[in-house]
Amino acid sequence: MSRHFVIVGAGEAGARAAMGLREQGFDGDVTLVGGETHLPYERPPLSKDGMVAEVFAAKTIATAERLAEAGVAFRGGVQVAGIDRASKRLAMGDGGALPYDKLLLATGASPRRLAGVEGERIVYLRTIEDAQRLRGVLGAGRHIAIIGGGFIGLELAASARARGAEVTLIEALPRLLSRGVPEAIAGRIAARHLAGGVRLVFGDAIAGIESGAGSATVTLASGMRVEADLVLIGIGAVPNVGLAEAAGLSIDNGIAVDGQLATGDADIFAAGDCASFPLAIYGGRRVRLESWRNAQDHGNLAAHNMLGAGEVGASVPWFWSDQYELTLQIAGLADEGAVTVERELAEGSILFHLSADGRLVAASGIGVGNAVAKDIRLAEMLIGRGARPDLAALGDPGVRLKGLLAA
Amino acid sequence: MADWVEACGTDDVEEEDVIRFDHAGRVFAIYRSPDDEYFATDGLCTHEHVSLADGLVMDEIIECPKHNGRFNYKTGEAKGAPVCVNLRTYRVKVEGGAVFVEV
Ligand SMILES: Cc1cc2nc3c(=O)[nH]c(=O)nc-3n(C[C@H](O)[C@H](O)[C@H](O)COP(=O)(O)OP(=O)(O)OC[C@H]3O[C@@H](n4cnc5c(N)ncnc54)[C@H](O)[C@@H]3O)c2cc1C
Ligand code: FES
Repeated sequence: MSRHFVIVGAGEAGARAAMGLREQGFDGDVTLVGGETHLPYERPPLSKDGMVAEVFAAKTIATAERLAEAGVAFRGGVQVAGIDRASKRLAMGDGGALPYDKLLLATGASPRRLAGVEGERIVYLRTIEDAQRLRGVLGAGRHIAIIGGGFIGLELAASARARGAEVTLIEALPRLLSRGVPEAIAGRIAARHLAGGVRLVFGDAIAGIESGAGSATVTLASGMRVEADLVLIGIGAVPNVGLAEAAGLSIDNGIAVDGQLATGDADIFAAGDCASFPLAIYGGRRVRLESWRNAQDHGNLAAHNMLGAGEVGASVPWFWSDQYELTLQIAGLADEGAVTVERELAEGSILFHLSADGRLVAASGIGVGNAVAKDIRLAEMLIGRGARPDLAALGDPGVRLKGLLAA
Repeated sequence: MADWVEACGTDDVEEEDVIRFDHAGRVFAIYRSPDDEYFATDGLCTHEHVSLADGLVMDEIIECPKHNGRFNYKTGEAKGAPVCVNLRTYRVKVEGGAVFVEV
């Protein structure tokens, strides 16, 4: 009898895993179950080009034809409601049951909700529907309040300005992007938003948000009030672990998996935004990454290991963000660094982060367009190799990083 | 019909690197391989139309600077997600210290 592999969640990780299984030559059945009605699509454009473009077009990861060609049965608009591990069956939201031999949980993450705040004028940004709702409001003469100075809020601020809307962004901490982005780069991003006409409010807490018929009012602890047509809340995301938790799988800031993405149940794997896993390059530090490339890498790795490859992930975290003409790219986790060296480029700059004993552990770069891309990519390879590059060479833009790879 | 256009000098591209070449409203990428041969492809990534000349060349692979989509620049073949459409390639010849592309 043919084996049946089921993937729950048709996002970046799930879709990649489905295709990856076929690329690896798996000839059993593959079912990809997606809670959303759409074909798998890319989320990053939702806050960027997709928000600014004249006409909204979702960027599909795999078309219906490609899925069909690959022999992947796609079931969209269906939630998986439960996992019966003993009989290896899924309870489907539409009442049916689906047996599996191997299961991949790629359920992603959901926006963190601001407790006690509800209403028509409160939005979050994760899905096509969210993006379309926001698009409908962004435009000249409109005012949007953004709660949270993280990536989603900042990208949306830049897109809203591009569409001519007024923007007030409120961050509870004294600076932007306090999770994972060095202060110098966050400062440069803040300066760009100010120059772009965004009103930035730091160090003030939300006392209340009222969502009325015509507008919403945000009241801050300081007493300041912000009137807006719409309030976007971008205060982070929480992993979708409910299904795994109810099935008794172990949870630790995400579905806890090992370096091969396996849960405690040998037939169940987890990948992408929903999974926490040990990062080999940092001595097994457990992390959960909300990054597009991590979702892809995990999708591939899960496909290999569902087929028994026994492979341990070795990728270096990598993330990018686009705001205005600037692109930020980060390889590795900057908080692993003790020493920082800066390299100035013609149209950007890079901070190299090294451990106390001289190992390159991360690199954060910001520049116009793709000015920092090549060097960040080379840094990523150096990080992956555990290189201990010379500090003076890193800081000298005249020294080609590629040359350091050979060393 | 062969239409050869001078793209750059042979020294304008470093070994195992790439530069951008604009011609008649089109964007090309000109590569120099580690073994000192020259190649040309369309200059924009097939994923989001970003200039590939800002990307990294390793052996016969060009990596897009935006999301690391990979192509073999000798054949134009897309090497996997997020790129699934191949790059068009163009014939190249070297004459008198200059690189010519058949556009
Ligand atoms: C607006 C926005 C901009 C972003 N920009 C960037 C960026 O610039 N750079 C970057 O690196 N990353 C970016 N990201 C992050 C990136 O998109 C995510 O890391 C990536 O989408 C994670 O993929 P995933 O497959 O793990 O999860 P998701 O893409 O969230 O997919 C999970 C899917 O599973 C479904 N699901 C959940 N539970 C069930 C269930 N029980 N049954 C059926 N289906 C279920 C969900 O509905 C969802 O469709 C951005 C994210 C957003 C929202
Ligand atoms: S634009 Fe080239 S990989 Fe996305």
